[in-house]
Amino acid sequence: MEKSTKSTAQKEVESKIVKLVDKSDKTVGQSFRQSDVDRWGRSESTRQLTRKIFDPIYSKYFRTEWDGLEKIPAKGGALLVSNHAGAIPPDAPVIMHGIEKELNRPVYGLADFWFRTLPIGGTLWNRAGGVPAHPSNAYGILHDDQQLALVFPEGVKGPSKLYKDRYQLRRFGRGGFVEIAMRSGVPIIPIAVVGAEDAMPILTKFPSVSKALSLPYFPLTLNQVLLTPFVGPILASVAYLPAKFKVRVLDPIYFDVPPDQLRYSKTKVLDESENIRIRIQDAIYDMLAHRKNPWLG
Amino acid sequence: MGRRILITGVDTFWGSMTAKSLEDDPTIDTIIGLGTSDPKVELERTECLRADHNYSIVSRIIKSTRVDTVMHTFMATESTAYSGRMLNENNVIGTMNLLAAVGGSSSVKRLIVKSSSLVYGSSSQDPYFFDETSKRPSPARLRIEKSIIEAESYVKDFAQDNPHIAVTLLRFCNVIGDNIATTITRNLRKRVLPYLLGFDPSIHLIYEDDVVSALVFAANSDLEGIYNVAGDERVPWSEIASIAGAKLIPLFAYATNVISAPLIKTGIVKVTPELMELMKYGRGIDNTKFKTAGFSYKYTTSAAVAKFCELNQLRINLGKTKPEYKYQKDVESFFKHSPSVIKEAAQPE
Repeated sequence: MEKSTKSTAQKEVESKIVKLVDKSDKTVGQSFRQSDVDRWGRSESTRQLTRKIFDPIYSKYFRTEWDGLEKIPAKGGALLVSNHAGAIPPDAPVIMHGIEKELNRPVYGLADFWFRTLPIGGTLWNRAGGVPAHPSNAYGILHDDQQLALVFPEGVKGPSKLYKDRYQLRRFGRGGFVEIAMRSGVPIIPIAVVGAEDAMPILTKFPSVSKALSLPYFPLTLNQVLLTPFVGPILASVAYLPAKFKVRVLDPIYFDVPPDQLRYSKTKVLDESENIRIRIQDAIYDMLAHRKNPWLG
Repeated sequence: MGRRILITGVDTFWGSMTAKSLEDDPTIDTIIGLGTSDPKVELERTECLRADHNYSIVSRIIKSTRVDTVMHTFMATESTAYSGRMLNENNVIGTMNLLAAVGGSSSVKRLIVKSSSLVYGSSSQDPYFFDETSKRPSPARLRIEKSIIEAESYVKDFAQDNPHIAVTLLRFCNVIGDNIATTITRNLRKRVLPYLLGFDPSIHLIYEDDVVSALVFAANSDLEGIYNVAGDERVPWSEIASIAGAKLIPLFAYATNVISAPLIKTGIVKVTPELMELMKYGRGIDNTKFKTAGFSYKYTTSAAVAKFCELNQLRINLGKTKPEYKYQKDVESFFKHSPSVIKEAAQPE
């Protein structure tokens, strides 16, 4: 009996020594992070710099106007779903910039894995809030971190369409975005954007060139035709036309299904997906019906 | 009767460190160490045996010692450890022989396997965080990855065929530490870190102490299944260099071996094929399952780098080369078996 109490006392002393050693070891349980790159690769300081550079384009050049910004929650996860257009789509930076500026909330832009393969550009894209659109990434952002994620379900089919097909929404993938929102237990907030199509319209495409360069598409844009004589071919390929941007946030859609399910009824998923597509399409038609011209809005 | 443990791969750093820390546990009666050469550290009461590279002797040892726990720590997770053929011999054939021996015994209740997160690979289609159930999006190309995946498939089959044995498979991320030599630590010791121009992937690191405690934790627990073991925080490659005060040496991201050959061949930077893959897309590991099971990490990824640098600096300032322990058989056997050595009386429970 005596021995056992002694041994427990001894153990206590030993554990105290271990704790002391751990305490003197200043590295234990500490973080020595130097940058503000978060676990998705987004860096707030890079974002700040991006915002500084992009703000004149956002407010002076595109003269972006929001409608219904209050429908985006101040906290909690939500999946923002929007239409996607323009040869180098400006809608993603406009939406991300607008929400970060007005609501002071970070937005993660889910996009194709292809961005990751780009040297320099891929890293900048990631630091500026771009995340590969993997279901597990989306779930982590929406469910675990309760943040906002922006997704374009049209994918590459949106920006690669010709100007003659402008403002005609393409197929919304396979409804994966609905399934992710259901699984994460967050609402979907549809957003309709008008202006991106006119900022860089595609006149024609060269499939053989894009194949050779392993690019998603290789377009000839109106910008290149109009601007090359003045600013040269390279700047003309990346410069936008001064289209007037209008962004309308539609009513959030909540799903009455339990979260964290492995699978959801494909019927329901595709129904919801089509429903969202129609709502965005209708909003775009409504906005275009009240637009005088692409430049003044 | 107390517990009886067999550690295979006691000649590896992990095997010998695990044996050393299990020696402190009075509930463990017997620790038997099996390795292809002598242990890396001084071991007091572990009985060490030599095996050939494919561990064909293990079956006889398990039968005669009737151990209840077997630890498999000899899986090579860096391609610098063995040449191509030996790698296969060690990882695949070694695992196969070990599993055959364990399956044939009636005494073994637990098997702990040390594997690597290399099984997930590193590609642009990866999820940001791999969990234990994630499938690898890209097929394995590297020899080291193939050998570990093959060894793991044997372990999975074994776990299915032997439901009475609790199999724990631990997948460790890249390790950093003062005593372990990996490609990353070899670079950082020289205050350099290669990187691929235009890429800044983030990775996890785990400190060597945490690796050993994870193995010991698994041996003492009743966990079953696959567990990821990686330090908290996913840290960008460039930040690892800046925490370590290392200079980033650029390598060209395409045709790296040809264009950057002068840097690699002269040994200015050390790279392995698996590091080359990691330097492009990195690898994120979801470590929540092991944490939920009760394991707590001492060091985060950034702290592991800081700790490594602190100890490296200490070493430089002391002016000593690596304080290596030389295992001397006669000295060890003197301590173990000589009647002249007065042994402490075994402590009561």
